[in-house]
Amino acid sequence: MANTDLFINIIENMAKAVIENKEYLTDLDRAIGDGDHGINMSKGFQAVLSKLDDMRDKDLGTILKNVAMTLISTVGGASGPLYGTAFLRAATAVDGKMDIDKTDILNIFEKAIEGVQTRGKAQVGEKTILDSLVPAYEALKKSYEKEEGNLEAFRAAEEAALKGVEYTKTIVAKKGRASYLGERSIGHQDPGATSTYIMIKSIKNILEENHK
Amino acid sequence: MIGIVIVSHSIKIAEGIVDLCYEMVDDSIKIIPAGGTNDGRIGTDPIKIKEAIEKAYDGDGVVVLVDIGSSLMNVDMAKELLEEEIRLKVKILDTPIVEGSIGVAVEALISNDIDKILEVAEEARITKKIR
Repeated sequence: MANTDLFINIIENMAKAVIENKEYLTDLDRAIGDGDHGINMSKGFQAVLSKLDDMRDKDLGTILKNVAMTLISTVGGASGPLYGTAFLRAATAVDGKMDIDKTDILNIFEKAIEGVQTRGKAQVGEKTILDSLVPAYEALKKSYEKEEGNLEAFRAAEEAALKGVEYTKTIVAKKGRASYLGERSIGHQDPGATSTYIMIKSIKNILEENHK
Repeated sequence: MIGIVIVSHSIKIAEGIVDLCYEMVDDSIKIIPAGGTNDGRIGTDPIKIKEAIEKAYDGDGVVVLVDIGSSLMNVDMAKELLEEEIRLKVKILDTPIVEGSIGVAVEALISNDIDKILEVAEEARITKKIR
């Protein structure tokens, strides 16, 4: 799809969505973690917003790398290295590119998943970012296989990510501060899976707007 | 000389441990604190950690001690950002940050052998405080 303008739009909208949900994410994290997820993520994406103008007209790999380094250097909690690594690895999938196709989009997601797995030493089912990111990727892939367009694909991804968030309510946290709670983490949704869902939803929203 | 980096969520803890170590060794040993975020919040910062490792490195190697939670992940992140020459000579120690730091600092004064340092760190990990 995207030329770099659309890509910048997506990043901008993603940043705004995360910032808007600062309180919500922090409340979720307060229930089972150390209560800083919203604050940290919002801090990171504020910094991304402020650097957005310098990223215009750059290739997609450079844009993603800039986002990654900004998150890594400003977030502070575990979400910094996790999302930072996700964006950093995703950048390698579109290095030097000014346009991307469906294969590139899937590659971005694959690299991001790989990054989160490596950095967090986590797997699906441990109440983490992966529990919404991986289903979203699978839904994207399935939709593309059916020859559907980007909007349909990201609608499916959003739905799958939301289901993933709901699923995290039913499982025990195995990673991070929430893992100290053991069984008591059941019933609470994972803040990381939720922020990932918010980011994927924000991509869908931009595609929807562009579709009108 | 083996350099030492102290990573804590709290800048006060990191700097306090460095002070404590310098009670035991002179400043021929580089012990660099990397605590808190770059805007003074509780947390850890991969860039700060990376720079601390570079500062502590003089060619022989650097050991990094961490406190809780995401500090370990942020050291891993920092390692990824380092030049390979340095990265290959960085070891993260699985040891209590206060006891381990003091033991390692003293050992670094007498030995350049990273394996000896690892031994001391392991000893600090298994030593019981109350017997």
